[in-house]
Amino acid sequence: MESTRAETGASERPGVSASAGLPKALPAVDKRDPSATKQEAIFSLTGVQVAYGGIPAVEDVTFDLVKNEITAFIGPSGCGKSTLLRCLNRMNDLIPSASVSGKVLYHDQDLYAPDIDPVQVRKRIGMVFQKPNPFPKSIYENIAFGPRVLGMKGDMDEIVETALRKGALWDEVKDRLKTNAFGMSGGQQQRLCIARTMAVEPDVILMDEPCSALDPISTGAIEELMLDLKRNYSIVIVTHNMQQAARVSDRTAFYNVDKLEAGKRVGKLVEFAATEKIFTAPDDKRTEEYVTGKFG
Amino acid sequence: MAVAETEITRKVVERASSGARTKDLLFRASLLLCLFVAVLFLGVLIVDVAIDGVPLITPDFLTNFPSRLFPEDSGIRPALIGTLYLMLLCAAFIVPIGVAAAVYLEEYADPNRWYNRLIEVNIQNLASVPSVVYGILGLAFIVRGPIDIWGLGEGSPTLLAGALTLGLLVLPVVIIVSREAIRAVPPSIREGSLALGATKWQTIWKMVLPGSVAGIATGVILALSRAIGETAPLILVGAIAFRLTDPTIDGQFSALPIAIFQAAGEPRPEFQILAAGAIVVLLAVLLLMNSVAIFLRNRYEQKW
Repeated sequence: MESTRAETGASERPGVSASAGLPKALPAVDKRDPSATKQEAIFSLTGVQVAYGGIPAVEDVTFDLVKNEITAFIGPSGCGKSTLLRCLNRMNDLIPSASVSGKVLYHDQDLYAPDIDPVQVRKRIGMVFQKPNPFPKSIYENIAFGPRVLGMKGDMDEIVETALRKGALWDEVKDRLKTNAFGMSGGQQQRLCIARTMAVEPDVILMDEPCSALDPISTGAIEELMLDLKRNYSIVIVTHNMQQAARVSDRTAFYNVDKLEAGKRVGKLVEFAATEKIFTAPDDKRTEEYVTGKFG
Repeated sequence: MAVAETEITRKVVERASSGARTKDLLFRASLLLCLFVAVLFLGVLIVDVAIDGVPLITPDFLTNFPSRLFPEDSGIRPALIGTLYLMLLCAAFIVPIGVAAAVYLEEYADPNRWYNRLIEVNIQNLASVPSVVYGILGLAFIVRGPIDIWGLGEGSPTLLAGALTLGLLVLPVVIIVSREAIRAVPPSIREGSLALGATKWQTIWKMVLPGSVAGIATGVILALSRAIGETAPLILVGAIAFRLTDPTIDGQFSALPIAIFQAAGEPRPEFQILAAGAIVVLLAVLLLMNSVAIFLRNRYEQKW
């Protein structure tokens, strides 16, 4: 089913009618970027809705994310971009009241099928958080933790070095691997968290506003790192910083908040296209207003 | 000119009236007085006991068995050994159960379920149940009840029964303190671990518990220092003051608070004074445990 849709692109939408839980009153508008469907999709979302305690936080999300690209999620606060990001590696499972409907396919595999173990999902799809969250252990142990719990084979010293090199951190810390990670600067801590994610050899790295707690120089270092990493990984980044989205991403998804009756709010995917198009000639008026700084 | 400036200054910042200053002083003095009252009584108590008790502390006093005939030969050996055994057994009992219960309540229990809320409220309440009630519980269910392992007919008032009773008594405290220590580990650490593909169990075992071990250890020691001074439950489960052999886990036993209780009830003053000696020993053990707790907290507490 998935391959059919990838070929036919936006014209035909067999996935929507098949997906359960999508409100009938709200026919999902296909935001698939037609140019994206020609490449290999890692994620293919159809009519995805995430709700907390039955109240939708974000809905109507349909798009394909392309392998070895950086996809940026932008939008005003409360538009559900972080919520959606967290449903891509089932981190939302940690919140008991959260529920996901619609189809989230990862390499044609339904991530929310009953026989899928979220632990296995997170092995393949790593995550870097808004605030650097190193473990209260040495730099070495921070990296080695993941490979150890996953029972990865190989020389641990080598695994640690490779990961730290991928995180562009090796030269800075190679002489103090045994010191506590809490002694590093914020930017170094965040690169350590990226390196830590890399050590378990994931496919995709999800980044939830990874630079929002960092100074401009550290931010620059991480953006450079992301551009370097996309040769081997696919990256999805949530950001409040539109310049950042414009600088690093290949494709951008713009989400907006819909105000419903009785003060209820729900996030919606408004437009998904090549980053250049979003920032220069967006189709939707709301996208244009947001990227030109009229609101948000 | 100078006069005008002063007037302006006065308008901007009004001088504190002497009345307000006096009130402030009075308030501080009364706070200090309250503190003084609390510390004074404790101080008088300790000095009084120390004057009587410290001269009694000799190697003989610690290693001799009690005597009903010669107060100068009487010692606290069985009570001291009994107390140390009780503490060790009690710790072995409360650490795994208390920590496991705390992990369940913090990491697994859904607080929206009524039964989890019920358990939570009950643990809070159990922590304030009088110790004599635990003594009766121990007597009925551990000494005489189904756990009357040795089946001595009239029950098994053993050291193990005493340790289990004291364990039940302080278990709620251990659970509450362990929960607080576990809760102090920030959620971002759990998320970081889970995002790497670690299971929930690996996350708890390798991240959450190591991060809260200092708090848990401190709580366990403070719980034990409450248990060490308990007298009522031990009387009810059959601790005896006058033992002339070393205690064993499956035999009858004595403990320091029991020895103090017995000595203080003696009609002969030369025996009464032995209570002071036992109190000094008990306080010394207690202070030692509390200093270990403070040391652990300062040395290993995780700053997030």
